Amino acid sequence: MLTLKDIHTFYDKIEALKGVSLTVNEGEIVTLIGTNGAGKTTTLKTISGVHKPRQGEIIFEGRRIDQLPAHEVTKLGIAQSPEGRKIFGRMSVRENLEMGAFGRNDKDQIRKDFTRVLDLFPRLNERLNQPGGTLSGGEQQMLAIGRALMSRPRVLLLDEPSMGLAPVLVDHIFAIIKEINQQGTTVLLVEQNALMALAVANRGYVIQTGVVVMEDTAKNLRENEMVQKTYLGID
Amino acid sequence: MTSGLRSAFNFGLLGGVVAWHACLVGMVESFSERRLIGETVELSYVWLVGIVLLIGYLKARNVQAPGIAVFHSIVSGATIGAALTLLALLTSVFNLRDIFPFASPRLVELLTLERGIADALGLLFPILGGAVLGAAAGGLALAPPIWRRTITVALLVTVLIGLLRDIFAAIVPRDVVSLIFTSRGLLPMGALVVFVVSGALTWLIGTFGLPGISTDASSASRSVATPWKYAYLGFGVLFLLTFPLWGKLFLSNVANFIGLYIIMALGLSLVIGFAGMLDLGFVAFFAIGAYTMAILTSPKIGTFTLTFWQALPFSMLFAFLSGVVLGLPVLRMRGDYLAIATLGFGEIIRILALSNFLKPYMGGAQGITSVARPEIAGFVISKPEPFYYIVLIGCVVAWFVAARLKHSRLGRAWMAIREDEDVAQAMGINRVETKLLAFAIGAILGGMSGAFFAGLVGSVVPKSFELLVSINVLAVIIVGGMGSLPGVLVGALVLVGLPELLREFAEYRMLVYGAVLVVMMLFRPEGLWPEAVRKRELHKDETSAPQRVTTSVTASTTPSVKD
Ligand SMILES: Nc1ncnc2c1ncn2[C@@H]1O[C@H](COP(=O)(O)OP(=O)(O)O)[C@@H](O)[C@H]1O
Ligand SMILES: [Mg+2]
Repeated sequence: MLTLKDIHTFYDKIEALKGVSLTVNEGEIVTLIGTNGAGKTTTLKTISGVHKPRQGEIIFEGRRIDQLPAHEVTKLGIAQSPEGRKIFGRMSVRENLEMGAFGRNDKDQIRKDFTRVLDLFPRLNERLNQPGGTLSGGEQQMLAIGRALMSRPRVLLLDEPSMGLAPVLVDHIFAIIKEINQQGTTVLLVEQNALMALAVANRGYVIQTGVVVMEDTAKNLRENEMVQKTYLGID
Repeated sequence: MTSGLRSAFNFGLLGGVVAWHACLVGMVESFSERRLIGETVELSYVWLVGIVLLIGYLKARNVQAPGIAVFHSIVSGATIGAALTLLALLTSVFNLRDIFPFASPRLVELLTLERGIADALGLLFPILGGAVLGAAAGGLALAPPIWRRTITVALLVTVLIGLLRDIFAAIVPRDVVSLIFTSRGLLPMGALVVFVVSGALTWLIGTFGLPGISTDASSASRSVATPWKYAYLGFGVLFLLTFPLWGKLFLSNVANFIGLYIIMALGLSLVIGFAGMLDLGFVAFFAIGAYTMAILTSPKIGTFTLTFWQALPFSMLFAFLSGVVLGLPVLRMRGDYLAIATLGFGEIIRILALSNFLKPYMGGAQGITSVARPEIAGFVISKPEPFYYIVLIGCVVAWFVAARLKHSRLGRAWMAIREDEDVAQAMGINRVETKLLAFAIGAILGGMSGAFFAGLVGSVVPKSFELLVSINVLAVIIVGGMGSLPGVLVGALVLVGLPELLREFAEYRMLVYGAVLVVMMLFRPEGLWPEAVRKRELHKDETSAPQRVTTSVTASTTPSVKD
């Protein structure tokens, strides 16, 4: 469904991605794990069109999208919940969610998705008119995911949804990610929290300094010695 | 404790520097003849008093314990006074007039209450006065907010009415004027009446709210009961419609300039306040609108001689096109670069208009005269009083456009871009197109204002389109409150209206301007009439006070179900 072929992305002269290839199949949760600075965020930004790759191809449902402007990519059905949530702090929760559906004009369906998001995150329902900036970290994460869902994406890109959250909330967020996936949305999940990510994912990729060094089913990765040592903290 | 005292002393020194400055640039001496109240209260002292009050107030606010706070304010006030005594001594002992023409014997007399430096009382006067005022300021800072507000407003209103005496004299019947005014300022009784009445009104409004407007919730959810809403609206409309009738020539002129600035500021507000792009060359669009009007209508250029109304759409069209042309290359820039590029554009337009090369088309330094006046049903509108209505309609149209846009889909997109460009794009917003639209629509309003300006004045000269105009418009938006539409009105009234009314200060205009902006940034960084959200952001510590929290919780737990 979504394939990256030998993607090279630069920040000026720094080569942040040195030939990343990966595939996400329809209906899967795929996780991309790696330490800080490995290139996870850059991968997502390259997919969503905010950064253009200098080399390589991104193919989404048979179409090349690597040179499309970001807003076009969104319209094709790829949404992302960015690193650090980046919700619109001055807009209310409701307005944030409405922004998520900016590219759509099917009013009835938007309303349905609005209800669906609020069903997933009842906490947001209680805070609809509160400015996004006044939400707690966990609520902001829910809002960021909810906002991404409002574009009714076929693929949802999640950048470190567990970052900075209390363990209870992390469990909660991951349970919801699983639920979103079961409702039919394909998920590409970027995480430093490999333990949690590999628990919900079907397959995983390990990225190190801009290079994919391993790919396997989540189960195999969990049992892999190197992964255990480096990412799961098991000796 | 000692460090606290030293800080009080430092505040005083700071105030002393400001007071010296006011004295040496002549703000004290020049206004010594200006009797504000009765025969004794001169405008010159009002400055110095204002400085001491402000410093004393600031000092008291950053001390915790009340007793110490007042003591510190007194120290600060006395320090300022001492600085003035020193200035009086220096001025009389040394001849400073070669460097500072205003360091004159007259200044010494003023500072020593006409007693001179030989008299100990004269020398002590500034210090004692400073200490007393410092105590007053300290007391004010500690007073409950409602009283603080009441007294501040009453003081300001009294000074303002004293200053505006001539304007009241021009529009109010003579018998009424002589009741509260002297030939130069307020009567002492009049001042008292003004002080008490304005204070009482402020207190009443602060305590009970305006009739029909509930004050229980924070300003975010202020609601107006319907009958009162119509009453206020009716009063406002009546006021606006009858304005030239009682405002006469002078006030109509002022109102027209305020109106032109409002139209421009609404345009720039789309660019800066809504979309978050810092445009420092907005005067360019004003100039393009004005020059288009002049070139298309003036027989002096003679290529076209359209009427005002025929040329108006072209003024707006050319402003729009130039907005697009300028926008395309510069909108890819961010922040500072955008500001500098637009700054340059503003100057380029003015320099082009000035150039000899284009003189046959744009009139060079002499500009273009005989610009067409608008004509309605055979009447040529060339006087400021009737022109007021054209400007008013322009303002209403501009307001309507801006308000509709703000809550439109496009307005949302601007807001998202302002908050985070990358995320906005990820929401499916076309960054370039969205920003370009803000720029170009803002430019249309700038062009419209320029076209009105040309038709109102009847001529255009490059000198009218200096950088200062851009700065003024920007200041209107900042003082009013970024992104707030009512803020634009308030900002224009304060920054365009007041200086026009207070012509006496023309020389010190920029100085006062700067001071006003600094004070604003200190006390009300969100502007005079901010958007609710910004206000909340900039006063987080205050809003977390208990009673405010409850209101925001009640507001948020009762979500209104939309459609
Ligand atoms: N805006 C930027 N400018 C320059 N270098 C960047 C920028 N963003 C990220 N990088 C670099 O690119 C590499 C990958 O970063 P990133 O994708 O953010 O990693 P991760 O999300 O895995 O922590 C890092 O070496 C980082 O320093
Ligand atoms: Mg990252």
